[in-house]
Amino acid sequence: MSFLLGSGAGFSGDRTDAAVAVVAELIKRQQPSALVFETLGERTLAAAHRAMRDDPESGFEPLLDELLAPVLRDCLDHNIKILGNFGAANPTGACQVIADLATQLGREQVRIAQVHGDDIRQQLHSLDLQRWEAERLTMPGDEALISANVYLGAKALTEALAMQADVVVTGRVADPALFLAPLMHHFGWRWDDWDRLACGMMAGHLAECGAQVSGGYFADPGYKDVPGLATVGYPIIEVEQDGSLVITKPANTGGCVTEQTVKEQLLYEVHDPANYLTPDVTVDISQAEVRQLSPNRVAVTGIRGKPAPERLKTTICYEGGWQGEAEISYAGPNALARAQLAAQVLRERLVFRAPAELRTRLDIIGLASVFDSDSGELQRNSLPSNSGDYRLRLAAEHSERRWVARATQELLALYCAGPAGGGGVRRQFQRRVFTASYLVKRSDIHAYASLFETHVMGNNRSDRYVAS
Amino acid sequence: MLQAEHYPSTEASKSTKILHQLAHGRAGDKGERLNVGLFAYDPDHYATLLEQVTEERVLALFAHRGASRVRRYLLPNLAGMNFVIDDVLQGGVNGALNLDGHGKTLSFLLLSLEVNV
Repeated sequence: MSFLLGSGAGFSGDRTDAAVAVVAELIKRQQPSALVFETLGERTLAAAHRAMRDDPESGFEPLLDELLAPVLRDCLDHNIKILGNFGAANPTGACQVIADLATQLGREQVRIAQVHGDDIRQQLHSLDLQRWEAERLTMPGDEALISANVYLGAKALTEALAMQADVVVTGRVADPALFLAPLMHHFGWRWDDWDRLACGMMAGHLAECGAQVSGGYFADPGYKDVPGLATVGYPIIEVEQDGSLVITKPANTGGCVTEQTVKEQLLYEVHDPANYLTPDVTVDISQAEVRQLSPNRVAVTGIRGKPAPERLKTTICYEGGWQGEAEISYAGPNALARAQLAAQVLRERLVFRAPAELRTRLDIIGLASVFDSDSGELQRNSLPSNSGDYRLRLAAEHSERRWVARATQELLALYCAGPAGGGGVRRQFQRRVFTASYLVKRSDIHAYASLFETHVMGNNRSDRYVAS
Repeated sequence: MLQAEHYPSTEASKSTKILHQLAHGRAGDKGERLNVGLFAYDPDHYATLLEQVTEERVLALFAHRGASRVRRYLLPNLAGMNFVIDDVLQGGVNGALNLDGHGKTLSFLLLSLEVNV
């Protein structure tokens, strides 16, 4: 009998009702299964650390209760294991939220396990760090350090499952390892069974971005049509003892699982397809094949594994100054000329209103923006209609917020002092994060699991769940 | 909106199309490096992709963004190829002032390349 891996979320900010249909399907199948929430992007962790500085009870996935409330009781009642990196910077805090939620649902006997060992801020200076080859930026000093986390493999997660955990809470782990762990636990594969490990990792790779394998991030009307995108079904992967994989999705959901959707996700964020590095195995998908078995069922074969890399990837996040953005719209007759004049006014004013080291960029949305370079080469060489609906965007970056504020203020001032008919001004600021990737020795990292000791819920905390 | 990239027609019988009509793709990022998976809708067009969607042409297409190197990995069983494009994200998620710091929209820049079929 196959093991079923369901995806409940593919990033922090994903749909919070997606897991409901997945869990309904897992229950209907009556097979051993797990539900995985992947909510921790590369920089999400830095945001979590910043949040925790302001509020020690935060620092985990902000929508955790919204994600789990609709499915936790069903998962506990049907022995569907839940795994998630929704612990972020504060896995203990996440465990407490889950314990409180389970208590509210009348399931106070829930067993929650926490994975430790990814946070290496304290050990940073005693570790042998190698720089990741793709990066060249010079990084700030320790005073700007926000977080340092190793991408853990699946081992500590399988320890948690061996403790009969119902829910496994992690911080940073390699995303697909969240899916490999329940397979290792269920099938008892050996840690040097590279081909099976590779299949399990690719099951995770295919499912970790949620709907991206089942019709999300795919539709291109007239070329790649997707039915029911508003109710796209999140993926379920059927994995056999021999490692073979079938990607499918819940009945009565939108979306589609086709050879095309699977191919696109197979290479997503992959570089050399013959050497896809993960903490537990080096995966070779260069000879992989995909085959549609029936509607919304696609098999992936030809995945091979090689020994795991010697070192584990680590991401370090630093404070990165400030970015500000401001926008104004021009539409109708001669709109482009007015937007271009507004851009010219800003260029002239920023010369004497902002320091030379302020980095800026001007886009004319509707003419050229996301494809363009910072210097606006496409914008200068485009031949559009002068009449239309254009939006001038200024982005500015500086280590000090005040200069970003000053620069974007200049766009706001176009309201009264710029060309005719500008409107719809918006402005926002963000603190930036610099990340740097390093490789650390596997032997320097000590990952382990522990069962969370449930605390009695206080009255003040219980209020949080009334709405959900 | 992009200026048409000039590509010399070698045979009068061939017609110029944009890659979007023959292939689909998806972009992803890691640091300063972008990858775009590209797949022929019809495996019969894979040879055209191999011949015309070269590392050199992709590097030229992304030159205005500062691309420094392109590597093309082939996945013949998928009628696909994976492009890994270095230094095209102008700071990447760390430093980009682009609205799309991840370069997620850039799969469709690749799909705007002209091919002769």
